[in-house]
Amino acid sequence: MSNYIFNGAIYLAALIFLIISLVKSRQKTRQALLKAWLSFKNIIPMLLGVIFLVGLILSLLDTEIISRIIGENSGPLGVMLASLIGAVTLIPGFIAFPTAALLLEGGAGYIQIAAFVQTLMMVGVVTLPMEIKYFSKKAAILRNVISFVLSIGVAYLIGLILKIWN
Amino acid sequence: MDKNTNNKKNFNLKKAFKQYLFFIITAVLLGLLFIFKFDAGVKAADVIAYSFKEMLLVLPPIFIIIGLLDVWIPKETMVRLMGEGSGIKGIILAFLFGTVAAGPLYAAFPIAVVFMKKHVKFSNIMILFGAWGATKIPMLLFEMSTLGFKFALLRLAINIPVIILIAYLMGIFVKKDEVEAIYKKAEKL
Repeated sequence: MSNYIFNGAIYLAALIFLIISLVKSRQKTRQALLKAWLSFKNIIPMLLGVIFLVGLILSLLDTEIISRIIGENSGPLGVMLASLIGAVTLIPGFIAFPTAALLLEGGAGYIQIAAFVQTLMMVGVVTLPMEIKYFSKKAAILRNVISFVLSIGVAYLIGLILKIWN
Repeated sequence: MDKNTNNKKNFNLKKAFKQYLFFIITAVLLGLLFIFKFDAGVKAADVIAYSFKEMLLVLPPIFIIIGLLDVWIPKETMVRLMGEGSGIKGIILAFLFGTVAAGPLYAAFPIAVVFMKKHVKFSNIMILFGAWGATKIPMLLFEMSTLGFKFALLRLAINIPVIILIAYLMGIFVKKDEVEAIYKKAEKL
């Protein structure tokens, strides 16, 4: 629900800015829209590949397999695998969070779930070619590696605090 | 004359083929999946349709805002707000940009490009990325409702210093001339 409201807000903001821009200068607005179109066109070929790749990966990794891998008693290996799954997949949050909640109910541990959510949000292996195109090989790989390592730390910290808190 | 246009056509085709190569490979794999494991193929197609819808829903307004930002906001303003020497103000703005964002992380890449064109500090772009992934408001609300208030809040609280740490580490490992090369490349994108 909240995503629809938010999406609506972004559309509204874009519309308002667009109208202001149009009132101020037609020519500049045309220029802005042309730039918008060009950067959209630029991203499309790779994005299509990424979307297909994600579909392929997710078709082979279903909830059952994931919960078997990252159950509560899966230990550090489970945390590592949860982080890897989060890192290589690109699941939209609106699928990922309910899935994560299901996994929790199904017996997955908090640390594993935190690791999964964290790397899912911060690390993108399938989008790495895109990131390299926009930044550089070194910067893109480095950002993902650093985010991956710190994500595991964050996951353990969350698990630890929740254990005390609950 | 004829030969020239022909050459150009060939060149464009080649370029398009190279651009779409990744997509073509994944499409072929999907075809194979359908042949050998029909159920999994259907599932993959489902996910692809969903992601495609999400992309078409989320991206257009973001790109329009990017275009307007590029044309209307002068470089000097962005440098003052988020460039070198913008200090804590730049950090807070980077967090805000990421927090009110919508869409997957890949939507942040073109935004980063506009920011680089406007000479926004590299570490602030890294903070934007981190916030985009970890502290987005719509995601956070959703996370609270599914994984619980405590879990979401804790993740937010821990991630704020972690995001700053990532930006700081990137600043150490990616040298100044490398950052300059990245910014130069962004001008051409």
